Amino acid sequence: MNIVSKIESEQFKSDLKPFNVGDTVKVHTRVIEGDKERIQVYSGIVIGRKGTGINENFTVRRVSYGEGVERVFPIHSPRIAKIEVERKGAVRRAKLNYLRSRKGKSATTVKDQVVRG
Amino acid sequence: MSIGLLGKKIGMTRIYDDKGRVTPATVIEAGGNRILQVKATDKEGYSAVQVGYGDQKPQRVGKAMTGHFAKTSSTPKRFIREFRLADGAAAPESVDLPVTGFEVGQFVDVIGQSKGKGFQGTIKRHNFHGQPMTHGSTMHRRNGAIGNRSTPGRVWKNMGMPGHMGDERVTVQNLRVLQVRGEEGVIIVAGAIPGAKGTFVVVRPSKKKTVKK
Repeated sequence: MNIVSKIESEQFKSDLKPFNVGDTVKVHTRVIEGDKERIQVYSGIVIGRKGTGINENFTVRRVSYGEGVERVFPIHSPRIAKIEVERKGAVRRAKLNYLRSRKGKSATTVKDQVVRG
Repeated sequence: MSIGLLGKKIGMTRIYDDKGRVTPATVIEAGGNRILQVKATDKEGYSAVQVGYGDQKPQRVGKAMTGHFAKTSSTPKRFIREFRLADGAAAPESVDLPVTGFEVGQFVDVIGQSKGKGFQGTIKRHNFHGQPMTHGSTMHRRNGAIGNRSTPGRVWKNMGMPGHMGDERVTVQNLRVLQVRGEEGVIIVAGAIPGAKGTFVVVRPSKKKTVKK
């Protein structure tokens, strides 16, 4: 095995739950203030995933007090304690950049994924 | 404490530290370093250690070098460099120089041959600004004026001009060692080092920056 991919795979998170573009997620981030550490939760819709392996990032968009906010997280960062999937979304594209130009409810929701039984 | 090692640039990646900060890092393969000759002041006139790295096929080595390798019963090496020893410093006892001679957190200098860029203009080669692309300008990426008038009546030395860029010896100083992997013979340093993947490099303890203890 290539040594670089070995170094990278050592840093992968083993407990990573799969999630996709369109899902509504809660991202638990570790925030260090002085010498105290606490968990901050950021929730929103995953509007894109980018990169592979250790370089993979995902963007979470939410509308907070009428202002659109996007945060980009590296998937394998130790500062991310947990990624919780709240709702599965049914989307047909890899990047949901069209949400940026939307207003009101259509900007904050995507269609739920119907689980076929 | 290592006198320095020879190695090969493997590639770059990113390393997360214990605080979750991400550092761009270069992986250097430096296993199998071997001392080929110890040079002494009374014999060679200066004190140094000759080190070899990277196996070479025996049929590619001439008779003179074959004899040189046989003196220390070493396999033929592709990349051979010397490390000067400080006055009175003794050479390492073991002929094998493991990567574990470097410590995590110490600073190193890395010397290598940079990527060749070919014949380049002054904008890329010397960070000149160039001229306007529009507004009637017909002079875009030229080097511009190179001197004054009859005083000094000549072009100053070291005036930036187009020419060959890259493919030269480059030293990058004060790179922090992030990891030392003894089993794989690999050291990981923070930041970039010269050259393409597969370039032979010299890794030596930093000349300027040492860890405060």
